[in-house]
Amino acid sequence: MAVIAEPAAAEVKRSSLWSRAFESRHFLGAMFMVPAIAILILFLAYPLALGFWLGMTDTKIGGVGRYIGFQNFVSLSKDSVFWLSVFNTIFYTVFASIVKFAVGLYLALLLNERLPFKSMVRAIVLLPFVVPTVLSAIAFWWIYDSQFSIISWLLIKAGLLTHYIDFLGDPWNARWSVVLANIWRGVPFVAITLLAGLQTISPSLYEAANLDGATNLQRFRHITLPMLSPIIAVVMTFSVLMTFTDFQLIYTITRGGPINATHLMATLSFQRAITGGNLGEGAAISNAMIPFLVAAILLSFFGLQRSRWQQGGRD
Amino acid sequence: MTTVDDQSVGMDYLESFPRKFLRVYLPLGLIIVFLLFPFYWMAVTTFKPDAEMYDYEKYNPFLIAHPTLEHIKKLFFDTDYPLWMWNTVIVSVSSTFISLFASVCAAYAIERLRYKGSRYVGLAIFLGYLVPPSILFIPLAAIVFQLGLFDGNLALILTYPTFLIPFCTWLLMGYFRTIPYELEECALIDGATRLQILTKITLPLSLPGVISAGIFAFTLSWNEFIYALTFISSSENKTIPVGAITELVNGDVYHWGALMAAALTGSVPVVILYSFFVEYYVSAMTGAVKE
Repeated sequence: MAVIAEPAAAEVKRSSLWSRAFESRHFLGAMFMVPAIAILILFLAYPLALGFWLGMTDTKIGGVGRYIGFQNFVSLSKDSVFWLSVFNTIFYTVFASIVKFAVGLYLALLLNERLPFKSMVRAIVLLPFVVPTVLSAIAFWWIYDSQFSIISWLLIKAGLLTHYIDFLGDPWNARWSVVLANIWRGVPFVAITLLAGLQTISPSLYEAANLDGATNLQRFRHITLPMLSPIIAVVMTFSVLMTFTDFQLIYTITRGGPINATHLMATLSFQRAITGGNLGEGAAISNAMIPFLVAAILLSFFGLQRSRWQQGGRD
Repeated sequence: MTTVDDQSVGMDYLESFPRKFLRVYLPLGLIIVFLLFPFYWMAVTTFKPDAEMYDYEKYNPFLIAHPTLEHIKKLFFDTDYPLWMWNTVIVSVSSTFISLFASVCAAYAIERLRYKGSRYVGLAIFLGYLVPPSILFIPLAAIVFQLGLFDGNLALILTYPTFLIPFCTWLLMGYFRTIPYELEECALIDGATRLQILTKITLPLSLPGVISAGIFAFTLSWNEFIYALTFISSSENKTIPVGAITELVNGDVYHWGALMAAALTGSVPVVILYSFFVEYYVSAMTGAVKE
């Protein structure tokens, strides 16, 4: 036990006021919140608001901007590169998310089987998620090299190709290449979280279904999927959110090229704001992502609500 | 928090090996090869001399005929890589500790003190987790510049907690919830202060949660890219991901050997840490989603 110093006689009154304050849950609660709230207000809430404001100004790096209303958005609406980035972002998010979900769910089902070295396999599967994205993206960059791609080499050796694929030089090749890298990065997250969901399903449900003569497919369709749906909703919202706002993979592998074919809204916003110096315009592009994010967050809330409801209203 | 148990489903043990091989082991093996291949390729390229790296006619690209450390040597002695590594360590460790301190206090207050409005504050903090760095980096750059923090470690140490605190707080709230109230009540009756209760009862009992949060925060900060890319300009202040991308590429000349060496050695510390605490890591990840 800590030794509490005797307060000096003159300070007794003041310290009793203090100690009474410290017995109040509300006061103490507020004090405990100070570090977290201070950081979050200064570096999260305030920048969020500042971002809205910047999007309505013509601020350049190193200068003070003036308010120009929705002019940035008006000029963006006529900007074909911006619309291309919106298209790319949606394309990237839709295809990567669908495959991540499908492969992730399949992998989760496989990992839920009786397996030797189960925990080791799980640990290995999660590796792409743990390793810094930029560093693994560099590996993909090298795998997609136009002259020394190992994929091209393998396909040529197998007799399926006659010349090297220009992975990152052709717009559609580049789009599919970054989607594949994103799938690689995201599958482990989906798989491990869905696996955790699978393990909360009571085996007795499956036993009962077996006794009733259900096939594997029926068990999956009528037990696994409904029981898993709340966690699927949450995981996929996170996954969509991360994919939609991705920056690292694109910046590392293509920097938005070739001819803007892989620019996402995030990378375009970086290019206009930091590389190009137009903070206001870049902020406007970031702000244009917000409606999509709000939609995803609302979905997540419905998912959470539903999971609470399925667990019998437990808080 | 449920631990992962090894319940297997139904009556799989009746299945014959060849059938199970086709249904489970083969697809699982293929997926694992797909997931591990980039690491293998990273490692092969790191230890391969340039002559072999660019000659697929004479050498089998999957193997290394004459392993070499020249790329690693070049990386460590001819570039600022050791400084990047040092910066990454400093930034990750500091922001992890700041975040853990702030999150423990906040989670304890929200979950245990239950002050007025704590539910709403908890919800607001959770919402903070959903604000992606790619919409914050522009205004944050302006703030960092105004505060005079531009191009220094402190810019990263202070901004990383914005995505670490929401996650850690949320995770720790879940852990604190599992500790029985009675323990705290007894201690209160015995005259312990709230601070003593936190440090002597709540924290020790939720140590796995604190470790999970710490590991997760550390790997997330080691992984961070967009803030470091935006707020840091001089080579000696960069972190590994940013340094590798911006400094190892000279115009159109890519030093693939050094790049792969940077990718490999930059990944190793987190992988080692992760492999020691993999169960904590997994439970943190799954717990956060399931909450």
